[in-house]
Amino acid sequence: MKSLFTALRASVVLMVICGLLYPLATTGVAQALFKKQAEGSLLADQNGVIGSERLAQNFEAPQFFHPRSSAAKYDPKASAATQAAVASPDYVKTMQERVQLLHQENPELHEIPADLVTTSGSGFDPDLTPEAAKAQVPRIAQATGLSANDLNSLIDRMTQSRQLGIFGEPHVNVLDLNRELMKETQ
Amino acid sequence: MSRGWIQIAFTLLIVILFVKPMGRYLVKVFDSEKTGLDRVFGPVERLIYRVIGVREDQGMGWKGYLRAVLLSNFVMMLLMYAVLRLQKVLPLNPDGLDNMPPVLAFNTVTSFITNTNWQAYSGENGLSYLSQMLAITFPMFTSAATGFAVAVAFIRGLVGRRDDLGNFYVDLVRSITRVFLPLSFVAALFLVFQGVPQTLHGAVNATTIEGVTQTITRGPVASLESIKHLGTNGGGYFGTNAAHPFENPTALTNLVHILSMMLLPTALVYAFGLLIRNKKQGWAIFAAMGFLFVVFLTTVYVAETNGTPALSALGVHGNMEGKEVRFGLSESALFTAVTTAATTGSVNNMHDSLTPIGGMVPMMEMMLNNVFGGKGVGLLNGLLYVVLSVFICGLMVGRTPEFLGKKIEGKEIKLASIAVLTHPVIILVPTALALLRPESLSSILNGGFHGLSEVLYAYTSGAANNGSAFGGLTANTNWYNLSIGLVMLAGRYISIIAMLAIAGSLSTKRVVPTTVGTLRTDTPLFSLILVVIILIVGALTFFPALALGPIAEHLGM
Repeated sequence: MKSLFTALRASVVLMVICGLLYPLATTGVAQALFKKQAEGSLLADQNGVIGSERLAQNFEAPQFFHPRSSAAKYDPKASAATQAAVASPDYVKTMQERVQLLHQENPELHEIPADLVTTSGSGFDPDLTPEAAKAQVPRIAQATGLSANDLNSLIDRMTQSRQLGIFGEPHVNVLDLNRELMKETQ
Repeated sequence: MSRGWIQIAFTLLIVILFVKPMGRYLVKVFDSEKTGLDRVFGPVERLIYRVIGVREDQGMGWKGYLRAVLLSNFVMMLLMYAVLRLQKVLPLNPDGLDNMPPVLAFNTVTSFITNTNWQAYSGENGLSYLSQMLAITFPMFTSAATGFAVAVAFIRGLVGRRDDLGNFYVDLVRSITRVFLPLSFVAALFLVFQGVPQTLHGAVNATTIEGVTQTITRGPVASLESIKHLGTNGGGYFGTNAAHPFENPTALTNLVHILSMMLLPTALVYAFGLLIRNKKQGWAIFAAMGFLFVVFLTTVYVAETNGTPALSALGVHGNMEGKEVRFGLSESALFTAVTTAATTGSVNNMHDSLTPIGGMVPMMEMMLNNVFGGKGVGLLNGLLYVVLSVFICGLMVGRTPEFLGKKIEGKEIKLASIAVLTHPVIILVPTALALLRPESLSSILNGGFHGLSEVLYAYTSGAANNGSAFGGLTANTNWYNLSIGLVMLAGRYISIIAMLAIAGSLSTKRVVPTTVGTLRTDTPLFSLILVVIILIVGALTFFPALALGPIAEHLGM
């Protein structure tokens, strides 16, 4: 009986320390030091919040860069991935269709950027590889009237390189990219 | 691929640089002798001991230690269960979520108390902020600390002279106050700096540029993420785990996650060498584990870079399905190899969408369950194989097998065999049962060989207390919630019971002096033997199941 009480007291004490004090203290310090990130890296314009810099949102109109496809339909209330089995015949068929669509938009494309035709892991991959962004340039040039050269240099300007020069892959944030694009078309 | 190898090499180099200092620190934490640390942490700890009602110097025999482990874990489970079942009426539920259903709550509490972190729910729509803190973050600390405590108790049994394994509550509290809390706090702040949310404010509605409403879910994410990896827990705040940009926004957070996962399991192997006063022994085991890790890592990276022949023919090179652009192929492959080696179970890419051979790697690492392994338990599993290797070698040269001067006899081998055999039994039997039930077959997303892999992966993950998932399986059914729950409990506690019993038995044995006839266990030759024994026992046990799953799928693609 005594050992049961010891176990109970230990559990409650540690629950309060690890489950309440620790996350609350972390919240306090994090809010004081990095308010913007702690709140979810929200972006706002004059009408209110337009999204989070970290999360992909959908772009379907031809004049925008399109993000990677999302099994969650870009809804953060239910993050999801396709869980597709990549060796299955069904998957190959889906990929054939996507590659074909891409070729219609951009007939000169030979190397298909893998990220542009696959579905992201989180459902909110905010980034594209520079190659995947550039593969969309012909469509956007036609829709906006901007020259392909201007669009390509915009992508280059917005591309983030590896962190510390070593870690990760070069990528470009689609929401940031589209916001810059809107400035140029206005 | 070379840029990929460079970042992998840098990451592993940093891991290795931390091994010695962290190992030395761990020894200080668990040493009963007074150290400078007492001045820093002593006052807080003494207060905790007074409230709990334990005396710091009061040792426990193996049975007492085991009783404390089981009782405390059981009580914690009850508390967590209550929180999940009452979250609707408890505070800090800004998004107004409902209570968790009973069977799912059972699965969740067993999952988190056993350090598995298998998730049949999705955090963003299943758990209130209070539940994320009290029923998820809290056991992330205690389950990791429990694993640590048991490993240290076992080592004390190995080197001790009497049946005194230390005091469980002291080990539990010390590993939390001196290791997990400070490290988690610092890591969490770095994660926030890089973009992981840490807020008590509810979800926010955004109107996107194209005019659609997007509800941005958030919460106290960073404080959960840091202990999730330091404690090799793995349960994500959100459904898609560390692939989610709010859990893992940049390559640097990915690096911190990987370092956090590897830091303590690798350091503990070195600390083991220090505690038994034979550093070479620690390195011998480290070398065996490290070798297996590098082989697995290379396999998954090459498999993902090659992709599948059908896709290459379309002009799509490398498999990016279920992966994130900021990580690319190399950081994804590295994460996969690390998370299943350290039995964390978090994922930054979807394992279901790995190529067949790529997906076999995490499964095999969990089947072996000792490539560094989870907090404390990984070392125990490794030592289990050491005991077996010593026994087999002893038989081959015709001598009484001994390890660290203690004779390994019938009783220890029987206990070790129970622990070793439990693992395949609780993976293969439930897999077979699930495949016999039409209802549980309907949970499978992808048919054929891949479907078998989905079920096999689920039970392997549960048994290894890993928690990662081949996400295609719809696991939130009564059958899977209950059966995986039981598998997780068996996977955790049967080996803990067996190992503490072995520790108790060894602790009272006289030390036999080393002679020329003693089989040395701290040499490269022994590392090699250890690798071979691990592969023979592990691979032969699981080869038939793997042949029907990923191997058949690979040959057919």
